[in-house]
Amino acid sequence: MTIEKQTSVFEYAPAPESRSVVDIAPSYGLFIDGEFTDAADGKVFKTVSPATEEVLSEVAQAGAEDVDRAVKAARKAFEKWSALPGAERAKYLFRIARIIQERSRELAVLETLDNGKPIKETRDADLPLVAAHFFYYAGWADKLDHAGYGANPRPLGVAGQVIPWNFPLLMLAWKIAPALATGNTVVLKPAETTPLSALFFADICRQAGLPKGVVNILPGYGDAGAAIVAHDGVDKVAFTGSTAVGKEIARTVAGTDKKVTLELGGKGANIVFDDAPIDQAVEGIVSGIFFNQGQVCCAGSRLLVQESIQDELLDSLKRRLSTLRLGDPLDKNTDIGAINSSEQLARITSLVETGEAEGAERWSAPCELPSSGYWFAPTLFTNVTQAHTVARDEIFGPVLSVLTFRTPEEAVAKANNSAYGLSAGIWTEKGSRILAVADRLRAGVVWANTFNKFDPTSPFGGYKESGFGREGGRHGLEGYLDV
Amino acid sequence: MPTTAHATASAFADASASDSALRRFLHGLPGVDAVGLEARAAALGTRSIKTTAKAYAIDLAISMIDLTTLEGADTPGKVRALGAKAVHPDPTDRTTPRTAAVCVYPDMVATAKEAVAGSGVKVASVATAFPAGRAALAVKLADVQDAVSAGADEIDMVIDRGAFLAGKYLKVYEEIRAVREACGERARLKVIFETGELSTYDNIRRASWIGMMAGADFIKTSTGKVGVNATPANTLLMLEAVRDFKQQTGVQIGVKPAGGIRTSKDAVKFLVLVNETAGSDWLDNHWFRFGASSLLNDLLMQRQKLATGRYSGPDYVTVD
Amino acid sequence: MSDARLSVFKTYKLYVGGKFPRSESGRVYEVTSRKGEWLANAPQSSRKDARDAVVAARKAFGGWAGKTAYLRGQILYRVAEMLEGRREQFVREVADAEGLSKPKAAAQVDAAIDRWVWYAGWTDKIAQITGGANPVAGPYFNLSSPEPTGVVTVVAPQDSSFLGLVSVIAPVIATGNTAVVVASEAAPLPALSLGEVLATSDLPGGVVNILSGRTAEIAAPLAAHQDVNALDLCGADEVLAKDLEVAAADNLKRVLRPQPVDDWTADPGTHRLTAFLETKTVWHPTGSLGASGSAY
Repeated sequence: MTIEKQTSVFEYAPAPESRSVVDIAPSYGLFIDGEFTDAADGKVFKTVSPATEEVLSEVAQAGAEDVDRAVKAARKAFEKWSALPGAERAKYLFRIARIIQERSRELAVLETLDNGKPIKETRDADLPLVAAHFFYYAGWADKLDHAGYGANPRPLGVAGQVIPWNFPLLMLAWKIAPALATGNTVVLKPAETTPLSALFFADICRQAGLPKGVVNILPGYGDAGAAIVAHDGVDKVAFTGSTAVGKEIARTVAGTDKKVTLELGGKGANIVFDDAPIDQAVEGIVSGIFFNQGQVCCAGSRLLVQESIQDELLDSLKRRLSTLRLGDPLDKNTDIGAINSSEQLARITSLVETGEAEGAERWSAPCELPSSGYWFAPTLFTNVTQAHTVARDEIFGPVLSVLTFRTPEEAVAKANNSAYGLSAGIWTEKGSRILAVADRLRAGVVWANTFNKFDPTSPFGGYKESGFGREGGRHGLEGYLDV
Repeated sequence: MPTTAHATASAFADASASDSALRRFLHGLPGVDAVGLEARAAALGTRSIKTTAKAYAIDLAISMIDLTTLEGADTPGKVRALGAKAVHPDPTDRTTPRTAAVCVYPDMVATAKEAVAGSGVKVASVATAFPAGRAALAVKLADVQDAVSAGADEIDMVIDRGAFLAGKYLKVYEEIRAVREACGERARLKVIFETGELSTYDNIRRASWIGMMAGADFIKTSTGKVGVNATPANTLLMLEAVRDFKQQTGVQIGVKPAGGIRTSKDAVKFLVLVNETAGSDWLDNHWFRFGASSLLNDLLMQRQKLATGRYSGPDYVTVD
Repeated sequence: MSDARLSVFKTYKLYVGGKFPRSESGRVYEVTSRKGEWLANAPQSSRKDARDAVVAARKAFGGWAGKTAYLRGQILYRVAEMLEGRREQFVREVADAEGLSKPKAAAQVDAAIDRWVWYAGWTDKIAQITGGANPVAGPYFNLSSPEPTGVVTVVAPQDSSFLGLVSVIAPVIATGNTAVVVASEAAPLPALSLGEVLATSDLPGGVVNILSGRTAEIAAPLAAHQDVNALDLCGADEVLAKDLEVAAADNLKRVLRPQPVDDWTADPGTHRLTAFLETKTVWHPTGSLGASGSAY
């Protein structure tokens, strides 16, 4: 060697994405009938950056009165919007898709600030998928006659949509794009910890010239969501979030004509057979549970590994986890960002404590946690059985439970032994085993030799208590049509 | 080195006992999912290497270059110029690290030795009927002897891809063993698989294991003479192989991607692959090399940019 | 003289798990014709009968869903064949149950037989209508296919005791679900007789389970049952339908709300088939033939 090693490892210098590409106002209103307005009762709440606990902005907090106003605006807008030729609605959606692409860096930084997820993910996953989703459904708007739901399928009316904080803008796209393409109008409530990207989207609607009242954005808490769901003027309810709230929604709409789609929790099994492509399986396990800090409903949070390769696989996995870089979400080299809120961090912490108390063996990646903000090191539990809480409850954090199996039969039985049924993974080089196992898994999305892949053309949604209805693809139209 | 090679060979005595035993061993290695492998390589390519890390990486990359000329038109003058460049890559800045080696045909080894004498820069020679490898074993071994006796520090051999693709793994293995013997105490052996001709990632993994088991000091992607040479994915795969081999045997083996790496940006990304796959033990020119020629000038221009703050141009690096 | 002969009455029984049990409660209730004449004492099912029916339906689910679509079609067609042979019996039962003339009752039975034929043909086509390949933007093969939801509780229509009944059972099982059917409360006899036909049609025991009795009493525990996956509220009145839907929320059952049906003989479309299907989407990498790899 002719040069000195700088340190024992190749330390990457900080590579922060510039925050100056986004201009966050000190306060935001509700977006109703094309205008930003204060809440009727004047309430506001603060949204913070989970990585630093810095207050990003103060946002108007919607209440029942605001919900009523927004639903009325959406109802009024519905007549003209639904009467518009599909090709014209399509063009609005294409415009929106294009503006999102143009402003994608700004939106990525914004989303990273408000949510805490790494810029790498907002830049390379969230934003491209958001734009693609609008593009995809834009194309459907004038082709609904050919979608397989009969001639001239009609929209439902006003769609009340409540979305979570884990993929704020992407979940908005999953909700709004098919709703508008089919001729519905929208009242959408973003999560209270991540309201900003939806408010920026309101601005994009204005730039696109979208008629007033077609999209209404109501930042707020659970009470505002409940008011939307219960409102008589709402014809369709679309919700992504927890199973507990999903059940409450199902009770609320019972006996009404409201159409409902629910995309709820999961406890996805990622099944690794002894003939798996092991290096890719390790990557799949990592992306399965540590993508977005594990705050993903379809996360592969249960690793089912064939007992004969458990040691080898766990060694590889731990080695790989030790290379994950946790820290400043705006740094382009960060793999693991912040947990979205102190409440979520408390929930993860408490479930992990339960796991330890119940005798599962904990291992956490050796990484230093920043002193401010909400952080949790990538963690895995071994010696987990089906009886452990960490094998049954959705943790919604960077925590993997490792279980073993001996035969494909046992793998399938364990994978299906859950009240949830959203996602599953299969890793094997044997084609017939993939097909046989995929066939028997009770899950809405099965990834074979890959994990956590999403596409606007691909229907997504759960079996059992993971909800019902599908989002994405041709299937995603059905929830917004009177068919 | 030969001691280690012998130890390695005996550790895999069962696997290399017969053609069928070797086949069973190689086909028992975990498969490779091409899309997953390429996605991982691409993801590592998005690492953003800035400021001090970049300066470190550029100097490290320069120090890892096997500065190569492998043309029918090679002359002593060309090889001397190459040697001079290896020793003083940037005549205007003597702090610039030297390259690891120059890489030439066997008949140019003596000239190259002279050109780099006393500098610490090694002389590597391709051999074994490079690049096709289509010759009798005796001819290949003579080629190796010739280069070694001319003073080559390193031998870059090609495997018999025809034998490999015909499933005669033992032939490939034994040929590498024979070349290893011919290299003797002095020369380190790099084994070139010509990954572009092996075609599948499963084959590249199997070839890597044949090479490592047979006593290679380095496994190397390609000759630079076919359509597909070093790629992020095949280099990542070979880095996984040396990582796993070390874990299993304790023996560390080097990796050399060759051909197609032309820019500093690319080189830095390959170093990221090394860092995050095999680990920092391989971040040293004893264990990782770039087979390249035009890469060096791009690294030098980047180095000048970092030093001065302004972009450099081709007139400010030497053309050899 | 033939009119001197005393006819043999049939004891109507439930159809659960391929067997014909009485209600475990030992209860029966009087079933009368529209004119008020006594027809039979039908079993009055209890919550335990409902529970047993769910156990049978769950046990049958894997095997039934796992049969080839072609075979399910063959079996549904077999049901039509068996019904055709017992046509006269059903005409009589439907006429009594619904107060119809013989020709009108015959039209109902004929339509019901034809409905089995219609759904027999759907078993191996519905996947092609509702599933398919999705052209994702990446090197992946991506296929969506419909799968049966599981155990479906069917509250059969109260008015159309046979055609309506067949029209709600056949689409549920055509796709591989198994069913627990709550027969029309006032007119359960055609349903109970259908059990006898199903038992001789190669349909595995437990795929269809038929309970008679008080609709609300039987449906309530079924709607709340955690091992039931879906609920067809066809024959529930407005108040009951809401209660059942609320109970169904506890494990997020798929619920098909009651929809007015003016004419059961009309083209049924596919919505009863698709109401109890899940969509499974499977991804797999494709990649290229060789290790071409991409450059940085």
